[in-house]
Amino acid sequence: MLTYTLRRLLLAIPTLLLISLVIFFLVDLAPGSPASEIPLTVPPDVRAKILESMGINQPVYVRYLLWLKQFFYVEPLNGIDALFGTSFADGMQRIISYQTRGPVFSLIGERIPQTLKVIGTAYLVGVLIAVPIGIYSAYRQYSWFDQAGTLLAMIGFSVPTFFSGTLLIIIFSVMLGWFPTKYDTTLVVTDWASFVKQIKQMTLPVMTLGLANAAAISRYMRSSMLENMGHDYVRTARAKGMSERTVVLKHVLRNSMIPVVTVIALGIPSIFGGAIITENLFGVNGIGSALIGAIHGNDLPMVQTLAFIFAILIVLFNLIADVLYGLLDPRIRYD
Amino acid sequence: MLDASPQTLVRVDGLKMYFPIYSGILRRHTGDVKAVDGVSFDIQQGETLGLVGESGCGKSTVGRALLRLYEPTAGSVVIEGEDIATLSPEALRKKRPTMQMVFQDPQASLNPRMTLANIISEPLVEHTNWSPERRLERVYELMDAVGLNRRFANRFPHEFSGGQRQRIGIARALALNPKFIVCDEPIAALDVSIQAQVVNLLEDLQEKLGLTYLFISHDLSMVRHIADRVAVMYLGRIAELSPRDALFANPLHPYAEALLSAVNEPDPSLARRQRIILKGDVPSPARPPKGCNFCTRCPKAFARCHAEKPELQEVEPGRHVACFLYTPETGDAKAGPTGVPEANEHLQQGETK
Repeated sequence: MLTYTLRRLLLAIPTLLLISLVIFFLVDLAPGSPASEIPLTVPPDVRAKILESMGINQPVYVRYLLWLKQFFYVEPLNGIDALFGTSFADGMQRIISYQTRGPVFSLIGERIPQTLKVIGTAYLVGVLIAVPIGIYSAYRQYSWFDQAGTLLAMIGFSVPTFFSGTLLIIIFSVMLGWFPTKYDTTLVVTDWASFVKQIKQMTLPVMTLGLANAAAISRYMRSSMLENMGHDYVRTARAKGMSERTVVLKHVLRNSMIPVVTVIALGIPSIFGGAIITENLFGVNGIGSALIGAIHGNDLPMVQTLAFIFAILIVLFNLIADVLYGLLDPRIRYD
Repeated sequence: MLDASPQTLVRVDGLKMYFPIYSGILRRHTGDVKAVDGVSFDIQQGETLGLVGESGCGKSTVGRALLRLYEPTAGSVVIEGEDIATLSPEALRKKRPTMQMVFQDPQASLNPRMTLANIISEPLVEHTNWSPERRLERVYELMDAVGLNRRFANRFPHEFSGGQRQRIGIARALALNPKFIVCDEPIAALDVSIQAQVVNLLEDLQEKLGLTYLFISHDLSMVRHIADRVAVMYLGRIAELSPRDALFANPLHPYAEALLSAVNEPDPSLARRQRIILKGDVPSPARPPKGCNFCTRCPKAFARCHAEKPELQEVEPGRHVACFLYTPETGDAKAGPTGVPEANEHLQQGETK
């Protein structure tokens, strides 16, 4: 297992390099450049100086290699400095956002807690709703509960979050007035009252996203349970005289969780990616809205860095899912 | 063995297992697949009853309904004085240790995520309050009994060969000292070389532990080897139930006759190749023919066969046949088309609870 993991990690390096190349050049080739953001009234020589200070007058391969160096060398060193108070990275050029003129990673560091808090909770809530629904739907296949679960999943699949989110706002904020319409990023939890407020403002975005997540996962859970429910070993367990609870929760569920766990693990990178629509709808100042802002403002380093971070997370969680599969299923050996 | 222990362990009466068919937009109940349609038999203590028949005739369904792995539609299954078919779920669970099953597919019937020791000891966890050491001791004991090396205790099912897996299945079934074991085609998924090993193991265990078997199989020569009495099933009903030697020497029911004519004779000089080839296909169990289930293919069918269902009745000592060609009075002499009509006895028996 360890050699397998190491081998996969080594294989990830060329994969990621290729991805970084594609991302960098694709973003660079896209229409719109930082030069277009400079007003036309600026004289040409000043304009040239601005571009030079941003490092855009260099050929594209030089910029790519510089960005790689910054991403893999300078930024980790900065991270170490920030953690341990050392000064390895002094005087080195970090990845700078065109928009804010500040380091891209500090910006990400500011945005990521909001995203993790809201989107992460939504994912967790989605899983917690989906797994029991999936189990019970499969156990009582074609019962009214199963039909209701199917309907709910269908709604979760087919109704986009900008619609369901707006609907929730209209019902619960405008008509009933239970929850605020907007998420207040500046709220700091210090006491019980502010904690309640935080929970309240998180409820709507979490439910919007949670339902969408739950729809997919509950379907996976249900079909996986159904598949295992019909297996002979379940009949063996019943013949052994196991209680129904043991049969379902020990024999069937454990075997059914194998594919579901990998689906859940593969979905985790999307948490970091944020939910662009939902974040914008509720005004959650997270990674998703940062990415949208960067795209609008032709902030190439920001877009490139964010896209590449997502790529790394996806590769990483793919590996985690595969390793989990090996750990959960004794029939799979990675040697 | 039949004479040695005449005590009845299992008594099945009018067992029916219907699987409902739902069709149409409203998914209305439009019919039933009559997988088992009124089956009655007894099994004596220490006896092996063979249950044979072609694919889809309801053999396995009988086995499963017997242990209530299916909920029988009607009928009773009395094992040691308790009616399995009507026990409450909790009482049924308590009863499970006395009756066990060896399944057809040893690969699929073992949980792939449990080690051998876990598989065998799980019933002990559920039904006894033994310490882990005692349970492990029992697991080793069982592994010895079925001829598995003790070193294998922590392996997973996929690491074994088919024959070894079936031994695990048998060891698992034996864990709680059952009295009655349903062997549902235990050798069908195994190589011929392994089949003999497993059957011999089953016989040895029967001798040592005094087990009672219901041996379901479509392998007639294997049934001839292991069974004391044999029931021949056709389309959800028992056609003939006779002692093994009598049945193989002189099958009474036309279907049993046709079925047994397919058994190969190992000695070429004795080989009598007069096979009875049945015409047509088995009717659908969802729409069985009006009279005798076998009347559509029976070479000896006459008018009455198409009108009423014959009941299983004793025509000679120990021999039960469901056919109008035989009547209890006339013994094995062919009564012919003038047999005494016994209309609708089947209905009354079917509704016995």
